[in-house]
Amino acid sequence: MIEVIDLCKDFGDIRVLDGINMRIEDGEQVAIIGPSGSGKSTLLRCLNLLERPTSGQVIVDGIDITAPKTNINLIRRRMGMVFQSFNLFPHLSVKDNITLAPLQLKLATKAEAEERAAELLRRVGLLDKIDEFPQRLSGGQQQRVAIARSLAMRPEVMLFDEPTSALDPEMIREVLDVIRDLADEGMTMAIVTHEMYFARDVASRVIFLDQGQIAEEGSPEQVFKNPRGERTKAFLAQVLLH
Amino acid sequence: MQDTLELRKRQRRRCLDRLLWSIPAVLPLFLFTGENVAALNAIFVGQSIEGSGGILAEFHRNFIEGGRYMWLLDGLLLTLFMSAMAALIGMIIGLILSVIRVSYRAGVRIPILNALAGAYIAVIRGTPVMVQLLIIYFSIFGNLTDIPPVLVAGLAFGINSGGYMAEIFRAGIESIGVGQTEAGRSLGLSYGQTMRRIILPQAIRNVLPTMFNEFITLLKETSVAGFIAVDDLTRAGNNIRSKTWSNQPLYAVALIYLILVLGLTRLLSVLEKRMRRSDRRPMGTD
Repeated sequence: MIEVIDLCKDFGDIRVLDGINMRIEDGEQVAIIGPSGSGKSTLLRCLNLLERPTSGQVIVDGIDITAPKTNINLIRRRMGMVFQSFNLFPHLSVKDNITLAPLQLKLATKAEAEERAAELLRRVGLLDKIDEFPQRLSGGQQQRVAIARSLAMRPEVMLFDEPTSALDPEMIREVLDVIRDLADEGMTMAIVTHEMYFARDVASRVIFLDQGQIAEEGSPEQVFKNPRGERTKAFLAQVLLH
Repeated sequence: MQDTLELRKRQRRRCLDRLLWSIPAVLPLFLFTGENVAALNAIFVGQSIEGSGGILAEFHRNFIEGGRYMWLLDGLLLTLFMSAMAALIGMIIGLILSVIRVSYRAGVRIPILNALAGAYIAVIRGTPVMVQLLIIYFSIFGNLTDIPPVLVAGLAFGINSGGYMAEIFRAGIESIGVGQTEAGRSLGLSYGQTMRRIILPQAIRNVLPTMFNEFITLLKETSVAGFIAVDDLTRAGNNIRSKTWSNQPLYAVALIYLILVLGLTRLLSVLEKRMRRSDRRPMGTD
């Protein structure tokens, strides 16, 4: 369970997040939507402290991760993150990309880690690419490997930061399908996305962020069909029209 | 089209290679015995070696008499040893300094180390290597007279090279996108683990060509080691010159440096080509 209390984040003089309060319960799939510059990605990146909040708290299973004495590395092991630009390690094979962290952190033997890598690759449909290097893969394939790499740490939560925004249209689906499978299995996740239909279908809750604040929040039916706020209505009218 | 271009480039390349590799063919001249030289002299110069003139006679006097070519060979060994030692020390120092500097900027702050690293780089790059060599030999090692000068020189050039290598590595580390660090950290790896396993391997690979240029510079810079009584290649040549009053040894020395540098340059281009090949992994070539 992740709890966010009065979270603020400034970049210089600009307040990007302005008093965010939210909870992500175990087993929930929370979609964070909103216009560009609304602070969606920054919020997500505050959840595993890739961005350090200016003020406020992020509490993961009762541990305040913003406290100076918290070992953030231990928390991050339990929170997988998938980036817009994949960020696979180009100097390592697909297999080594996936086994690097478990081996470095001594969470598995080489044999165990490789077995797990194969299993995860089978799951995302890329077992035949296990010895390939990232540059040889398409964007969609790279992103699926990136998901497998995160899953290798057996995370309790997955954070997706616009996982399909850098993909060619024909590759979006293969990545969304993998994420959908994870959601169906009950993985706790927060996903920042511009794929509104995906958010509607997969999320158990939708958070609409605007100008660094949560402007609206609720079930997908409620937010997408009967948005209450004017800003939500205007935004959805723009992105759902076509 | 691409192929023809590639082919033409390769042909031009082969021509150049042949030219470069013909240079070592000159080297066997060093092995010429007196009789051979005499015979050649008769053919090319029309003079006997007993006469004072004639290039080949001079050559004989410089390199064959008294086995003086061995002076050059011994000097060459010392030069190579110093360069290799300095390159190794320089890489280690450079790596440590660059990581200190980059980490400081990334928020992993040890102010005293960062200040020391900054001062080291400023002093090393801001003073002549020759002066550094003299200070290290006469002042710092001044009382330790039983240490062979060549070791002191290797250390001094290594300390010097470390300052430059630090900047090379720093540029390499900074060329790796922040996304790589974030990916590593988000998996739970520590800053150090991310640096060692993810950033440095890519950074070092990226700066390999620049590093090689530094090695080449280093090799040539060791030619001032003679000032602290190392009989390196340059000084060996000069020793012969002072014995024979001929300038030929200086040209021989220059030629040997040139061959070494061309060899290193060639090694670099082979390396780069191999790196390019492993980088050229276009999508969907299966």
